[in-house]
Amino acid sequence: MSRINDVGGMAGFPPIAEEPDEPRFHADWEAHVFALNSALIRRGIYNLDEFRDAQERLPVQEYLAASYYERWFAAITTLLREKGIATAEELAGTDEHAH
Amino acid sequence: MSGNHSSSVISARVRHVEALLEQRGLLEGGEIDRRIDEFAAGGTPANGARVVARAWIDPGFAERLLTDANAALPELGLSMSGGLQEQRLKVVANSAEEHNVVVCTLCSCYPIALLGPSPGWYKSEAYRSRVVRDPRGVLAEFGVELPAATRISVWDASAESRYMVLPRRPEGTGSLSEEELAGLVTRKGLIGTALV
Repeated sequence: MSRINDVGGMAGFPPIAEEPDEPRFHADWEAHVFALNSALIRRGIYNLDEFRDAQERLPVQEYLAASYYERWFAAITTLLREKGIATAEELAGTDEHAH
Repeated sequence: MSGNHSSSVISARVRHVEALLEQRGLLEGGEIDRRIDEFAAGGTPANGARVVARAWIDPGFAERLLTDANAALPELGLSMSGGLQEQRLKVVANSAEEHNVVVCTLCSCYPIALLGPSPGWYKSEAYRSRVVRDPRGVLAEFGVELPAATRISVWDASAESRYMVLPRRPEGTGSLSEEELAGLVTRKGLIGTALV
């Protein structure tokens, strides 16, 4: 089955845009998401294939609307929930018993 | 792209998840900052440029590199491990007959341990979708005009296999030192969207 990430050959995307002097990360939180993911993989909470899969099965509209590291963060929180590390409410900070 | 408002919202959400994981003993205090610093000190395109310059001046190294890049990289003190599991690297050499260009159509696989993070355009749907369908047109947009007779090979990276291009050594560089040669090589040259 082809998923939304499988874009090879697909038509209709905007032109390729290069960003001059592109920084490594565009915001501090992006660096944090990057580091968080590598920490969780090294701890064996999930592996790299599970991480890729979690991005690729995001709802199509969410996948296309999200920036690169927003997809990463969505995948991380999906896996933390599915692995039983935390509930969706705890991850979103809406659980009043969390603190 | 995210504006300032959504950026501050996701920033707070990320901090919240980090704090939660620290509470549960899954992250050590300061671990994230330490990893960010380690990553910043890690791979950069200068590594790839060093590999290319060595291959240009040492045919024996070039042969070892093209045969088994993972085994050749340690000769320059480099590797594809970068903390997670070591990934296989295949180096593909440009010639008068063939130009190589690298993509990851499914996501953004890239030799990050060696070259650092990939540029935004490499990760974009625009590049990933089109370079496999119209590589000559995409290369022209990057300013790379190839003779019609030059064959273009597009290498689609995966979780297990990463690629790096060995550009052709520019003419008239016979008197340059290895370091000066490395200075000619760009990140786009290593991906294949520039000649060098």
